[in-house]
Amino acid sequence: MEVMRAAVSAATGWTALPLLVVLSSFVPGLCIMLLREEQHALRTTLNLVGAVLKVLLVGLMLWGVALGVRHEWSFEVLPGFELTLVGDSLALLFVTLSAGLWLVTTIYAVGYLEGSPNRTRFFSFFSLCVTATTGLAMAGDLFTFVLFYEALTWTTYPLIVHRGTKEAVQAGRTYLVYTLTAGAFLMVGALSLNALAGSVDFQAGGMVAPEAVAAAPGAYTLVFLLLLAGVGVKVAFFPLHGWLPVAMVAPAPVSALLHAVAVVKAGAFGLLRLLHSIFGIEVATGLGLAQFVAGLAAVTIIYGSLRALQQDDLKRRLAFSTVSQLSYIALGAALLAPTAHIGGVVHLVHQGIMKITLFFCAGLLSETLHVKKVSEMGGVARRMPLTMLAFSVGALGMIGLPPLAGFASKWYLGIGALDSGAGWAIPVLLVSSALNAAYFLPILRTAWFDDRNAIWQDVGRGRWLEADWKLVVPALVTAALALAAGVFAGAPWSPLGWTRLIVERGVL
Amino acid sequence: MISVEIWSTLAIVAPVVGALVSLLGGRRSILAGMTLGAAGSLASAAGLYLTVRVNGVARHALGGWGRPLGIELYVDGLSVVFVALAAVVGTAVGVYASIYFGEAASSGDYSTPGARGARYFAPLSLFLWAGLNGVFLSGDLFNLYVMLEIVGLSAAALVTLAVTAKATQAGMRYLFVSLSGSMLFLLGIAILYLVHGTLSLEQLAQARPSGLASASALALMTAGLAAKTALFPLHAWLPPAHAAAPAPASAILSALVVKSAFYVVVRLWLFVFGLTLPGADAQGALVLMGTLGAGAIVWGSVMALRQVSLKRLIAYSTVAQLGYLFVMFPLLTQPSADAGSGAWSVDAWSGGMYHALCHGLAKAAMFLAAGNMTYAVADDAIESISGVARRLPMSLLAFGLGGLSLAGVPPSGGFLAKWLLLGAALEAGRWIWAVVIAVGGLLTLAYVLMVAREAFDAPEDPGDFRAVPRRMEWAALALAVVAVLLGLRGVEIIELLQIGGVGPWR
Repeated sequence: MEVMRAAVSAATGWTALPLLVVLSSFVPGLCIMLLREEQHALRTTLNLVGAVLKVLLVGLMLWGVALGVRHEWSFEVLPGFELTLVGDSLALLFVTLSAGLWLVTTIYAVGYLEGSPNRTRFFSFFSLCVTATTGLAMAGDLFTFVLFYEALTWTTYPLIVHRGTKEAVQAGRTYLVYTLTAGAFLMVGALSLNALAGSVDFQAGGMVAPEAVAAAPGAYTLVFLLLLAGVGVKVAFFPLHGWLPVAMVAPAPVSALLHAVAVVKAGAFGLLRLLHSIFGIEVATGLGLAQFVAGLAAVTIIYGSLRALQQDDLKRRLAFSTVSQLSYIALGAALLAPTAHIGGVVHLVHQGIMKITLFFCAGLLSETLHVKKVSEMGGVARRMPLTMLAFSVGALGMIGLPPLAGFASKWYLGIGALDSGAGWAIPVLLVSSALNAAYFLPILRTAWFDDRNAIWQDVGRGRWLEADWKLVVPALVTAALALAAGVFAGAPWSPLGWTRLIVERGVL
Repeated sequence: MISVEIWSTLAIVAPVVGALVSLLGGRRSILAGMTLGAAGSLASAAGLYLTVRVNGVARHALGGWGRPLGIELYVDGLSVVFVALAAVVGTAVGVYASIYFGEAASSGDYSTPGARGARYFAPLSLFLWAGLNGVFLSGDLFNLYVMLEIVGLSAAALVTLAVTAKATQAGMRYLFVSLSGSMLFLLGIAILYLVHGTLSLEQLAQARPSGLASASALALMTAGLAAKTALFPLHAWLPPAHAAAPAPASAILSALVVKSAFYVVVRLWLFVFGLTLPGADAQGALVLMGTLGAGAIVWGSVMALRQVSLKRLIAYSTVAQLGYLFVMFPLLTQPSADAGSGAWSVDAWSGGMYHALCHGLAKAAMFLAAGNMTYAVADDAIESISGVARRLPMSLLAFGLGGLSLAGVPPSGGFLAKWLLLGAALEAGRWIWAVVIAVGGLLTLAYVLMVAREAFDAPEDPGDFRAVPRRMEWAALALAVVAVLLGLRGVEIIELLQIGGVGPWR
């Protein structure tokens, strides 16, 4: 027993764990790059081994954190600047989300891309993307964050232009113009912070000294705005959101994992770091900057919902919904009360699970029936009941119907708004929920109750299920997770329970 | 342990012997000469690194000819970094060239255009290599002059190996500019010798050159070297020359040759004059150099974006990237301290030199990769390379990785260089330079992506496509990978750069 315990504490406290988590997708990614196109079995094996290994390693880290371990691994890159990976509870929330959903999405992608060209390139960069995401989630300072944040831009680009069509190339170009400019702002901001504050380390509650800020409020405001421009593009703040809807030209698994989880959440996570680990929410509020972010988020929430309402293309509607939902996270993070922070942080997970479900289903519809528009969805639920069941769970969750995951987020956000004296946010949340309902419910009505639309081309019936099981099962799994995250929100191991732990422990 | 004298002598002698061997003619002697030169250079780079790290700066009077007039070798961290750069780039280019020119050589037919390259590339590049190592290891001004001449003459000859009228014209123009630059340099040397009675860099530094004569000597020498290193607006000779030369020659010219003149500028300004300008405003001169550098970044990048020829695009990129090296100068001094007081910015110094190193590797990789692409489609126009993404993925990867390193995308050596330079600018509150550095990075991305987009385009008519020998692809990719790997850790090289008489540590 003693030996067991020693072994567990040694394994869970292993310093190199954060590095191994990053490498578990990096090494398969590089290996896949060297494979030939027709080595399908080996490629899929490498992918799955990496994905499962990552989940296991993250599990080990979670265990360690629950036991009170703080994983930290660092490596000096330049004099004074280290590559630092920290596995604390906040980092692990995001890492767990990406690792878990990567595994599910890998299975989905294998099914989705069956028979299409350039899969070696696709899966290689897919793995590298997840590497960058886990790296930036565990970044212990802004230097490390910048490194992985830029790497994420580069590894996503080949996935967006994957199909090689004119439209895809154009979307990729738009994406690069937005994100690379943002990257330059982020780098200048990071170095300005280093020049002002003498360090770029993240620290719970803020790393800048309040006295220093009081002495030079203008300079610190400028640094904040530079960094905000850097992360704001990936959070898709209005008016920096333009790249996201056009990037929907990418294959469905890319939209699912990258534009519901990895890329946009990297921005949201960066915003959390900016508000809480660099400036600290009190300092940011003192400068009026947190209020600015909250206002920007409120505008984006309404704007995104209004634009979603106008879209007939299903993936574009989901994309504008993402624009809107991401700002919930930003809003929660920018308010002053801990309850609001819980709401914002937990929405990072909840929105990820729900939105990936919706994207999985959109991909299923287009693969199986060639249905890409809302107006073409009449009666699809009778042909694909499981898919539309999963979709309905995701959509109702987004609206915030109890007991689904979205309800828990919105509840905490609402309480948090009241706690922090930001009563104006309540109408924003209400209006946005009404708009969510306005753009999701008609889809459900069309799918479940309308007559069968004649435009379908039924091409994808599966052997056992309504479509390929590799596509259906992932959607069902994430839908079940979205349900479970809401139903068991009170449990300590639920996303909400873990988030409360993060906020109560003062890790944020 | 073999002494530093042996290593530093080997760095110069091995390529010279290699060149003589390769002149015997025949494919086998060319290979033997190249191998000898590369092995000697690599070994001496490694040996110098180890000895300098342990024992610090070393001096060595060749043949017992000591100062004030003599052949003195001087080895510090900066020398080692540049000798190592030349060794790595030279070796990869040598491997590449042995195949690039190999076809003509193996056929024994020296009348074809490629044949002149097959015959003379090896001896010329080896003489050039010896000259480069000589520049990097020279401890006195006259040797610097002689070595720079060797470099300039063999470089101009390398351009004309392409045997086109364009190349001959560009080569002659280059020769003319290079010789004029050398004359200015020599004039400056003469003035310094008249005033101070010594040519030894160290003795000059100890004498702390003063007076208007020394200042004008420095100005003359800087102007001459600026022409040789193609600092904007004296850059006009570079794009035609580097674009017309055969690909392996372009790689050497852009990666190493222009750096040798820049290296001498660094030696003069930092080592001998200690960032002071006797009797004049040093900061003003440094800002002027930085401004020209900024002009180079903007002009070079904009011109690169407007090119239709692939190699000219890369050549203009060299003009732009050299600008970063000169932007380093105004960032070296701390705003609060007086120039020359010793309070220099370590970050600016490390960043500038790291940029020189990574640009050398990345640019050589890009020229070799471009050589592969143009070899495959037998055309130099950017629009003709569409489709190479599928046919030559390794070469495109080499081009892309090199380009991303130039642009300062992490993780790459170029990123660390940019991080340090940008940090130095912001630390000192010099916003303008920070903006120039950041915008330059974005412009670099723009022209690298312009090529990548064309490469990814699927052409309607694939046309003729010559198979590219594998080793030519590997040589390009290896250099690009080294440029990227330098982004993983810069600590050792930055520490190495602090050994010696240059920079804030004198």
